[in-house]
Amino acid sequence: MLLGPATAWLVVFLVLPFIAIAVFSVGERAPEGGYQAAFTLAQYANLPARATAFWNTMVLAPVGALACLLVAYPVAYYLALRAPQRWRLILLALVVIPFWTSLLMRTYAWMYILGGRGIPALLAFVGIEDVRLINTPGAVLLGIVYGYLPLMILPIYVSLERLDRRLLEASADLGATPLSTFLGVTLKLSLPGVMTGFSLVMILLLGEYLIPTLLGGGKVFFIGNALVDLFLQSRNWPFGSAIAITLVLVSVVVLIAANRISTRVSGARRVDLI
Amino acid sequence: MRAFVIAVFAFLYLPIALVVLFSFNAGHHASEFTGFSVQWYGKALANPFLVEALKNSLFIATTSALLAALCGTAAALGLARVGVRTRAVFDALLGAAIVVPGVVIGISTLVALVQLFTVVNPFLASIWPDDQPPRLALGYGSIIAAHGLFSMALVTMIVGTRLGSLDRNLVEASSDLYATPLTTFRSIVLPQIMPAVVAGFLLAFTFSFDDFVIAFFVAGAQTTLPIYVFASIRRGVTPEINAIATIVLVASVLLVVLAQWQLRQRKPSN
Repeated sequence: MLLGPATAWLVVFLVLPFIAIAVFSVGERAPEGGYQAAFTLAQYANLPARATAFWNTMVLAPVGALACLLVAYPVAYYLALRAPQRWRLILLALVVIPFWTSLLMRTYAWMYILGGRGIPALLAFVGIEDVRLINTPGAVLLGIVYGYLPLMILPIYVSLERLDRRLLEASADLGATPLSTFLGVTLKLSLPGVMTGFSLVMILLLGEYLIPTLLGGGKVFFIGNALVDLFLQSRNWPFGSAIAITLVLVSVVVLIAANRISTRVSGARRVDLI
Repeated sequence: MRAFVIAVFAFLYLPIALVVLFSFNAGHHASEFTGFSVQWYGKALANPFLVEALKNSLFIATTSALLAALCGTAAALGLARVGVRTRAVFDALLGAAIVVPGVVIGISTLVALVQLFTVVNPFLASIWPDDQPPRLALGYGSIIAAHGLFSMALVTMIVGTRLGSLDRNLVEASSDLYATPLTTFRSIVLPQIMPAVVAGFLLAFTFSFDDFVIAFFVAGAQTTLPIYVFASIRRGVTPEINAIATIVLVASVLLVVLAQWQLRQRKPSN
């Protein structure tokens, strides 16, 4: 009985909607937009029509997640193993806070900085004219790292914090160099956290809309942009549904692959965020 | 390594600091700070569309977070006493509600609700006695429901974790001393999980208040603060937006700090 409201909520607003877009994805576009019942795979066959959006997303999502990882790992390592005890909680809170503040506002901050009256104006002031920063793939990548860094740091921190310090000492006692201790013990045992962070960030990036829109200015187009266009502007719902279903399938593949990798390498299961 | 970590924290906070700083700029442009002024706050709060959007956001965030806190806590309590299989199904659904990108949640909710309305509205019209039957449409309800989905999953997980670390001995002692299950719940379980419930509520509120993507799809004719801000940003960056952004950022930071503080509280307050 306690589970009743939650079950109803999950069924009505998660399961049924998902079934609805699955049904729509094998339907046809009605002449005036919207949906017309049918059973066809034409929408899926039409996916290459949005190849650019898929290409941009499939390149920038893994590259963005990797960039996040490279920045996040040293920070998580420092927080978990090197930071003075009394600073640790404060620093951790400083990571968590941006995670819960509006992505829109934080992306807007970069729009402000990279836009014509931000850094380019400063550069023009010192004589470097006509620098274009906003509306480039680089700006989108920067926005991605900025937006998703906290989400990458947290799971890595959790897995490093759990690490048995005696293993590190044992490794050093047995004559391992610091580098081989790091590679053979620390990195290996923190891999579940790395894979959790990587797959979470990558999945959320697959559906990202705000960052490419605000920092890519319509030049760097993601699947999320294609979906907004198909659902809110051109009203081709069946085609949009086919894209959404494809997106979910890719996400599931990413999750399974990440789980497999961390199980194989470290023998541990993935790290849960909460 | 310390230098790198300091640089990363600067990277995380400098852009936000800049927005806050320039919201107090007397001048118009980001390239020049011409003096301290709160005029943009005045302009923002005198804008009726903005105030309307802010009110909508506050209403939606409060309602969805309250519903999520109630249903999520109930679900966490319920999950503690079901079989392994039911639990696995539930965990998978809750995980999906959290992990699936907002764009997909927004789209699927939009499609399902519009489809539902095209069936229900003619039916309502046919059974309604007079000429003005109620018409279901996208709006407050759909945003609250879609936000609540994520929030409820979040609350369930946070409260579930807390329940897992609950001292079972206290519960047993309470029932050994002939307390009714309801009394045990009220005097033992509830005080211990309350910080987690409050933290869940605060995070749910923050999520709903900040969300743009889901609301963008299911808002119908309604406007929330993020939707309004997004539309204004696309028309051009103005210092007025900096002022709104600062208000939203400060509010979110306060709520998150409060939530973290609640989660760290080990002992019940009474």
